[in-house]
Amino acid sequence: MSNQSKKMKKNILLFSFLLTATIAMAQIKITGSVKDNKQRALQGISITLIGTYDGATSDSIGNFKFTTYEKGNFILEAKSLGYKTVTQNITINNEALIINFNLKEEISELNAVTVTAGSFEASDKKRAATVLSALDIYTTGGANADITATAKTLPGAQQVGEEEGLFVRGGANYETKQLIDGMVVSNPFFTSSPDIASRGRFAPHLFKGTVFSTGGYSALYGQALSGVLLLESINMPERSEANASISTVFVGAGFQHLAKNKKSSIGVNYGYTNLLPYFKIVKQKPDYFTAPEFNSFEANFRIKTKKNGFIKYYTNFTNGNFGLRNTDIDSNIYKNAIDINNYNWYNNLSYNENLSKGWKLQLGFSFTTNKDKINTTVQDKNNQLITTGVSHIDNKNFNLTSWENTTIARAVLEKKITGINVIRFGTEYWNTHNKYSFYGYEMKVNDNYIAGFAETDLYLTNNIAFKIGGRVENNSIIKKTNFAPRISLAYKSGKTSQMSIAFGEFYQKPELQQILDYSGHVKQTDYTKATHFLINYIKKSSLQTFRVEAYYKKYNNLIKTFPDTNVSGSGYAQGIEIFWRDKKTFNFLDYWISYSYLDTKRDFLNYPTKMQPTFATPHTINVVTKTFVVKWKTGFNLTYNFATGRPYYNIAFNNNTQQYELKDEGKTISLHNLGFSVNYLPKLGNKKAKTFIVWVASVTNVLNSQQIFGYRYSYNGLNKVAVTPPAKQFIFLGCFLSWGVDRTQDAINNNL
Amino acid sequence: MMKQLFLAICLLATTITFAQSEKYMNAMGNTLNEFKDAKTSEEFKAVAQKFERIAEVDKDQWLPYYYAALVKSIMCITMLEKDVDGLADNANATLDKAEALSPNNSEIYCVRSLIATAKLIVNPQARYMEYGPMIDKFLEKAIAADASNPRPYYIQASNLVNTPEQYGGGCSPAKPLAEKALALYNSFKPASAIHPTWGKETTEQILNKCK
Repeated sequence: MSNQSKKMKKNILLFSFLLTATIAMAQIKITGSVKDNKQRALQGISITLIGTYDGATSDSIGNFKFTTYEKGNFILEAKSLGYKTVTQNITINNEALIINFNLKEEISELNAVTVTAGSFEASDKKRAATVLSALDIYTTGGANADITATAKTLPGAQQVGEEEGLFVRGGANYETKQLIDGMVVSNPFFTSSPDIASRGRFAPHLFKGTVFSTGGYSALYGQALSGVLLLESINMPERSEANASISTVFVGAGFQHLAKNKKSSIGVNYGYTNLLPYFKIVKQKPDYFTAPEFNSFEANFRIKTKKNGFIKYYTNFTNGNFGLRNTDIDSNIYKNAIDINNYNWYNNLSYNENLSKGWKLQLGFSFTTNKDKINTTVQDKNNQLITTGVSHIDNKNFNLTSWENTTIARAVLEKKITGINVIRFGTEYWNTHNKYSFYGYEMKVNDNYIAGFAETDLYLTNNIAFKIGGRVENNSIIKKTNFAPRISLAYKSGKTSQMSIAFGEFYQKPELQQILDYSGHVKQTDYTKATHFLINYIKKSSLQTFRVEAYYKKYNNLIKTFPDTNVSGSGYAQGIEIFWRDKKTFNFLDYWISYSYLDTKRDFLNYPTKMQPTFATPHTINVVTKTFVVKWKTGFNLTYNFATGRPYYNIAFNNNTQQYELKDEGKTISLHNLGFSVNYLPKLGNKKAKTFIVWVASVTNVLNSQQIFGYRYSYNGLNKVAVTPPAKQFIFLGCFLSWGVDRTQDAINNNL
Repeated sequence: MMKQLFLAICLLATTITFAQSEKYMNAMGNTLNEFKDAKTSEEFKAVAQKFERIAEVDKDQWLPYYYAALVKSIMCITMLEKDVDGLADNANATLDKAEALSPNNSEIYCVRSLIATAKLIVNPQARYMEYGPMIDKFLEKAIAADASNPRPYYIQASNLVNTPEQYGGGCSPAKPLAEKALALYNSFKPASAIHPTWGKETTEQILNKCK
């Protein structure tokens, strides 16, 4: 090494040493604390001297401390997920600095309270903790993969077995509507015969989310006095696949094709249902001269737009018929036969788009046509039609054909105002055209309905939110305009708990058959009305949900059919409901328990006074349990429903007093129903398998308990017959195959 | 004399530049050591924040963003964070910044797969269809981007070892992948002292368990 370079090195060393020394002397300590606006210490906040590596993380009491060699003017920043970032200008000289921060919570969808009064969010949209998913519907014992049957295990719904639909909080089934992508479905269930509930038309896997609202629901929806079941269709299938199924009651096949770029998909499905073989083996109480037989055809397409919007179309065509006879209640020597043929075609076209500047557009169009041909006859022992000369028996010989066309158009605009505050408004139009043909005599009713609605979600803080909305409706039959306000408020009382209160007014046009007279004239009436008040408390973590809700519901303008059709009916319902879902306590078990207490009375139709309706009972308990044994690739699902007895009445007209009178009344025995199902997935987890298989076996009413839904009285009131299910149990065995996508993976549960 | 001074200035300048990069290397090295020792949620959080501070200064470096996201994904998977979804989304956003600086990076794909795993664990039943294939896809991409990177093989082996045998998991499918990973670890040369090296010890643990 040359002398020169040695010297230089020495110089540099000296220089570096001096530099280090200077710096060491000038190391400055910066300390401080971080608090929120309520002066609570905040832990884990990142404090950074901008432009340097220097900084610290606040500790459990909100304090931070770091040292720096920097000098001069700097920006000190306090930042953390969930809080608004705060900066302070500081000047670093030779003295230690103390800098304190106050952070404000950022109002975000993740942290903010959600307005939940009255509704069960049942999807995986925003949060991990959900109440119900499509898989839950498939794996609820005894529900036979029926959306409504699963919703009946939630609080608020009654266990009514003789009619389809949801009887919510003292309301009749027609007071709860099913909506697909915001549009009411006019015939969501297969046509049924009297006293036998039928299934829903739509399979759970069509929907990504299900929200069951048992009261106080949003101003976006109307014409349902008690509640709504909101079904949101999926956007795109995961993969292309073909499927086939065979079971004790149906066979089916279909395919779903997803384009390579995942921007569009198309699918078709065909299903054939016939209960004849099953009825041959399992004896049914009615004599089915035509076992239920259905053909159903489904098709869909979906297109993803450039701005991540979707155009979706779904159609479902079903044709079904069945015929059955029972002993005639009035004569006991004759039989009463009913023969039903149904055509139903459902169409739903929707378009969602993200417009610029935070606007979102939802357009929907739906068209349904439904035709029922009903033929009822009184038959002798040789099953031949007879005329007895007794009018109340001969009146049961008739032909009725009814058509219903429903067209719905709907538009909703949504705009994010500031932060997560949102306004929504829109309009919808329904046209319902009913036509009846009764022995060649025709009746037509055309009905136009138009509504406008607006709603806002306002977040004062992460802890307090309002949903305020209103709805204006006009119906051409009622010829009146109503205004329905809806308000709810939610308050986050703790990290995992919140309280909500809600108030709302709900209007519904009366059921057509309640206001249509024999001559085919529609009686001028008014909207039936319900006013809801509710309060709830929810404590929810990702694996557990506890919910308690109390409500009061007031009914006005219910239809009375006597002395003349009028709207003087009224009623109330009040109660308290508890729900508990737990996936945590028992490692292997996912279960929920719901309890509903209901006190309700109403005066409607031909009721002589305010009475507890026949579809309501004070106490209902449901226990739903599910477990999946990984080793056996098998899931076991057990559901127990209990309901106290329901009232039944013989309301008859007294010719002397010219009044309807209560001639007899009673209460049915309590209802017990234990449902069980097993799912076996032999190819689960086998990535090489080409065919994926799910075996399903299920039994309703495992304990074979006697179930009585009510009693029917003969015309003279002397004969009383129990309404019971057509068979005590329903047994199902099915095999579902799919190729292309491993549907069985759906069933991998928390054990994995 | 002028020449000497000029040289001295040149040298000094080099030293300063070197010092800047040395400062970065030191800061990264120190934070990586803290990362190794971190056990509690608070410690992991502090480490992630340190990486983020470095990232905000040395904005042309992908590694600080990468490590910040890695720490966050580990906090999610080990359930050290309550709001897994929130932190996982945040980790993905951090990783977006790393990816912008270093596209098609095998290491970044590995962390993407960890974040997808974290999201899956929140609600496996409901999320398997979405995140199950996503995890596989990221690991396949990681291998395609750099076949000599042992980490995607190690993560695959680790995922399989934690899957029950009935579902195609367990030792038998995991072992060859772990062996492949170990062979790659043995020949793997990180590009610098602060480039990713993690996973070898756990690979050895898998192989010990799966003898």
